[in-house]
Amino acid sequence: MEISVNGEKREIDVALDMPLLWVLRDELGIMGPKYGCGIAQCGACTVHIDGMAVRSCQLAVSDLAGGEVTTIEGLGTPDALHAVQEAWIEEQVAQCGYCQSGQIMQAASLLDADPAPSDEKIDAVMSGNLCRCGTYPRIRAAVKSAATKLQET
Amino acid sequence: MSRVGTIARRTFLIGSATIAGGVAFGAYMVNRPIPNPLLDDLAEGEAAITPYVKIDANGITLITPRAEMGQGAVALQANLIAEELDIDPASATLTPGMPGLAYYNAATLEEGAAPGYDDSTSTQITRYMFGKVAKLIGLQITGGSSTTPDSFTKLRTAGAVARETLKEAAAQRTGVDRSQLATKDGHVILPNGEEIAYTALAAESALIAPVEDVTLRDPSTWRLLGKPNMKRLDMVAKSTGTEIYGIDCKVDGMVFASVCANPAIGGDIISFDATTAKTMPGVQEIVPVTGGVGVIASNTWYAIQAANAVECVWGPGSYPENSEKMWNVLETAIDNEDYFNDRQRDEGDVAVALETDDIIEAEYRVPYLAHAPMEPMNAIVLVTDTKCEIWSGVQAPIWTRDKAVALTGLAPENVHVYVQQMGGSFGHRAEIKHVEQAVEIAMAVKGTPVKLTWSREEDMTHEFPRPPAIARARGKVSNGQVDTFDLSVSQAAVIPSWLERNSGIAMPGPDPSIAHGSWDQPFTIPNYRVTAYRAPDMVPVSTWRSVGASGNGFMHDTFMDELIHAAGADPLVERVRLCFDGTSRKVMEEVGKISGWDGPSLGENRGRGIAFCMSFGVPVAQVVEVTNTPNGIKIDKAFIVADVGTVLDPKNAEAQLFGGMIYGLGHAINSELTYENYAAQQDNYHANEGLRLFQTPEFEVKILENGHHIRGLGEPGVPPAAPALGNAIFAATGQRIREMPFHKHINFV
Repeated sequence: MEISVNGEKREIDVALDMPLLWVLRDELGIMGPKYGCGIAQCGACTVHIDGMAVRSCQLAVSDLAGGEVTTIEGLGTPDALHAVQEAWIEEQVAQCGYCQSGQIMQAASLLDADPAPSDEKIDAVMSGNLCRCGTYPRIRAAVKSAATKLQET
Repeated sequence: MSRVGTIARRTFLIGSATIAGGVAFGAYMVNRPIPNPLLDDLAEGEAAITPYVKIDANGITLITPRAEMGQGAVALQANLIAEELDIDPASATLTPGMPGLAYYNAATLEEGAAPGYDDSTSTQITRYMFGKVAKLIGLQITGGSSTTPDSFTKLRTAGAVARETLKEAAAQRTGVDRSQLATKDGHVILPNGEEIAYTALAAESALIAPVEDVTLRDPSTWRLLGKPNMKRLDMVAKSTGTEIYGIDCKVDGMVFASVCANPAIGGDIISFDATTAKTMPGVQEIVPVTGGVGVIASNTWYAIQAANAVECVWGPGSYPENSEKMWNVLETAIDNEDYFNDRQRDEGDVAVALETDDIIEAEYRVPYLAHAPMEPMNAIVLVTDTKCEIWSGVQAPIWTRDKAVALTGLAPENVHVYVQQMGGSFGHRAEIKHVEQAVEIAMAVKGTPVKLTWSREEDMTHEFPRPPAIARARGKVSNGQVDTFDLSVSQAAVIPSWLERNSGIAMPGPDPSIAHGSWDQPFTIPNYRVTAYRAPDMVPVSTWRSVGASGNGFMHDTFMDELIHAAGADPLVERVRLCFDGTSRKVMEEVGKISGWDGPSLGENRGRGIAFCMSFGVPVAQVVEVTNTPNGIKIDKAFIVADVGTVLDPKNAEAQLFGGMIYGLGHAINSELTYENYAAQQDNYHANEGLRLFQTPEFEVKILENGHHIRGLGEPGVPPAAPALGNAIFAATGQRIREMPFHKHINFV
């Protein structure tokens, strides 16, 4: 089976029902998406499929149907940061950081769909992403500051 | 400024004081120098100046032995060294180093010795003795909010010794006296402006004796510490998916594994049938482990699926089979002299004071709690006939090594633990069971590295949780003031359970943590008594962020609030009046100021509560404002004030405080572990989720610096959260909640 991840075609040989998360991590060595719960309760595994935020632990790889997968590694890199990543660094959001790949992918998808989300919308959309360290106040601030950055560019 | 004594090249800073009244053998054992472990395997041209600084021609490496769990420990340690060494900490390579006795943690035991407000001579001697014990038992551990106090002098001294030694090397090369040399940005500066890079002095500095006689810089001259622009060093990696946690590590040729173990914690496996599991995709081997079965596969997901398909017959647990029976055990122990643990607070005459009929009584309960960090437990282990290598995020690396030594029969020097970044811990990774399982599996496939990952379900149902507790409180008010406060706490011992399981060390005597957060609060009440009862061991338990104070903070402060209400006094004013510790009083007064406190009422359906708890030496006061909406309680705003003596990393300190409070609020509202047929009933985040963003209030945080000691903030933000919320709910609704989780008693939106 062939899938496209971060603009690259990758050949894989796995059970059809293997969740995309485990294809990315253990077959392709792409470690940005994290395993937290396996049942779409924490959002640490969030990736984009054709730009939409998706919980990769819940998507059987055979259901990708040619969709383009973007992981946090494909969103931006330390040398070429996405605006959301810049905002995350400026606000010093991360503590343990384990959930932040998923938080950032969720936020990027939110701002793509709604460049100026209300506080209520931010709370609603970001509440599917669990953070056990309690970085939420700075997540809120970083989403807002990323929105401003994106509108200025 | 402190003048620091002898720090020899082959010794480690342990102070020159002798122990008052200590026996000669003990004094010798604890004061015996520990060799610098970096000297064992230095390459040509490398210098290891103190156990914390290593320099070669290519760069500078700082050893940061306290592990990064999310609390900012690594950046703090690097900045402490860099402040004196005059380097940019971001330019150095950072490594936790190999486990070594040199990296023992004195502060974690010192702080268990006495209340944080107590600075009497006898307390200082006790703290000193406890710190020495930490060295004797090889307590290289990250925990107890101790990284900051333990590292503050030690690591700045290491930086200063390294700096002066590099200057001495430059002095010997150039003939300019060391006193004429300066340092800046990784270079020694000569009087004529010429610069010599530290890296160019590495080979020479390795050949000279370290300069031991150093003076630490005055805080007024700091360029990194305490500055608002002091940043953590892991933000770019953690915002780009490039931080490598234990679960992300790769070792050539590794296979993937998972386990299913007896849901009765510590119970045996009687038999198992892996017929189906063996035929599942990707499965390579089935390996029995202690109390369970491991599956090796070509992908973690295959391994988890197959582990779930193994049919096991489990032995019974060694504790009561369900939650109801566990509560019965706690009820049997409370106020029962057969279970007496300690009574560290007994002032006035409580018995006489309570011989009236206007007594106020209350009973409180806190449940078992999972740590549930986001990264499930995992470890990579390679075992061969001659060595064992372990890659895992663990808080106690020496004990981890010792477990592998016991299992493999290898000598300690042939077992290597590489501590990895942790995706959270909260005490979870002070446990080692997952590493033991990984070693057992790896022993069955010698020569092949095995990466064991627990499924979330395996992780949550195999917690060594925070123990539950019951408190019974009796009190009295008179003339508008709190007059009598008598609290009994019944809980199974946590420190002995954790210590013996992980280190093999049996802890004699009472468990001081049972009443931590209640007996040690800085209040003067005419009749004031706190008694701890030690219930029999049940589910094996462990240290959970803020340990004893996590439950006691709630039970002690809520009863305080109930008495103050009964007295008709103001919750803030009466707490301040009762408090004898000036630092703590200022904390409470300040939280009153920033929250605009003028009483608990905020108008119709709104209210606010204040709570105070001192834990790990840090006084913390919190105010919560809530609205009682038609659909339930909404938390509107929260205010936090704490005092840490000296703030080293302001931005991170603020994050630790609101993060701790969010952790406390989430568990107060939403979380518990209950047991049926010996097994935890909550197996994933849907049943045990903590706080989510929509329930998170706005925060205002202020940190004061009036205290005499420098303190850590990983835990103290947690304990006041639950009582502040409960007190606010009482103010808004008149309903007093005395049991966690609160959602059993009231709805939240």
